Amino acid sequence: MKLAAFDYAAPRTVPEAVAVLADGGRDVRVLAGGQSLLLEMRLHRLSPDLVVDINGVGGLDRLDVNDGTAEVGALVRHDVFDSPRAVPGPLGTLLALAAPNIAHPPIRARGTMVGSLAWAHPASEWCAIAMALDAVIRLRGPEGVREVPVRDWFLGPFTTARRPGELLLSVRLPLLDAHTGVGFLEHRRTHFSFAQVGVAVALAVRDGVVEEARIGLANCADRPVRAYAAERELNGTEVGHSFVRAGRVAAEQDAAPLAEPYADVEYRRQVIAVLVARTLRQAAEGAPQ
Amino acid sequence: MKITLTVNDEAYPLDVEPRRVLADVLREDCGLTGTHLGCEHGVCGACTVLVDGKAVRSCLMLAVQCDAKAVRTVEGLAGPDGEPHPLQRAFSAEYALQCGFCTPGFLMIAAGALDADPDQIAGLVESNICRCTGYEPIRRAITHATRGDD
Repeated sequence: MKLAAFDYAAPRTVPEAVAVLADGGRDVRVLAGGQSLLLEMRLHRLSPDLVVDINGVGGLDRLDVNDGTAEVGALVRHDVFDSPRAVPGPLGTLLALAAPNIAHPPIRARGTMVGSLAWAHPASEWCAIAMALDAVIRLRGPEGVREVPVRDWFLGPFTTARRPGELLLSVRLPLLDAHTGVGFLEHRRTHFSFAQVGVAVALAVRDGVVEEARIGLANCADRPVRAYAAERELNGTEVGHSFVRAGRVAAEQDAAPLAEPYADVEYRRQVIAVLVARTLRQAAEGAPQ
Repeated sequence: MKITLTVNDEAYPLDVEPRRVLADVLREDCGLTGTHLGCEHGVCGACTVLVDGKAVRSCLMLAVQCDAKAVRTVEGLAGPDGEPHPLQRAFSAEYALQCGFCTPGFLMIAAGALDADPDQIAGLVESNICRCTGYEPIRRAITHATRGDD
């Protein structure tokens, strides 16, 4: 379908954008990459009164690395992370493992990481990674700037802690130290499908022992999931010994999969268990011995 | 809203509603019907064009977002004398099209990645849908064109 009519604003600065977003009483949407927003508008599931295009806002396309973190601005496109050198250390490797799973190159050329966090699709790769790594989201609203840890961000499918009138500025991710191996695997019905299950792992290993495991799950519940119970199974154990058990724990305790066409709950739990164990092995192989 | 699209190095001063996507404006306002619309959901890739050198889905980008940007469509591939682009010659040589509906999209996604390394070509071919060829001739054509074989 063609898009319904809307008003269009293209602010040039963050304060201008926040002022335009504060248009009370109307349905206002932020256009960054637009690869979800414009699709929803085509399907007429969303018909905003006002679209605020932030693509001309200066400074939001920055990707800054300092103090052990990468700060990804709201206009940094998915395809920046196709290269493992975009961000140093194991974080760059993890992002580059995940990026090719996101749609296709032309979509990745437009869509943004911060846009994915704002859209909060339960199957989103970036959302699972943000959960695994305790990312921090930076927003600016009429009352000023605030930061939200990602564990408080996702409230349900397509639902976040963003308040009306707030603009997401950036997300901050830890670079991960050199002892960390990373893995990312996804199971899909067809190449064009969303992830049926996606798993992101960062495994800090010292002397053959798992020092700290971090596991994020995509499309394993109505929102992105952190597999805390599976992580507890792993921490302090010898590398490789608890991977299968951790997979089962992630599937039974951390995940809350919903039935989908072609995948009932039992099947999805089985895929989660297998894929978590596999991703842990991938991460362990990449960890310094 | 008044915008200027630069399509294939030609300036098009236009007055468009913000709700109109780039693909529709290229076809209806610029008269460049080489860009095809299939799914209009960003999935099939028939509408792929280059915006500032990058392949994008023109069904998922507003025309007003392309104000003052350089757009390249399939009409801009051939040389000024009508000489086909190396990609077009390779598609012809490899029988990389049958009905031709998806071809502009495949040509443009390939045009955006002519410098890409050959390993990326499989990923590029997966981006678009072709219901005739089975993809293999398309992959061969793009591989040959990127290698500079002729």
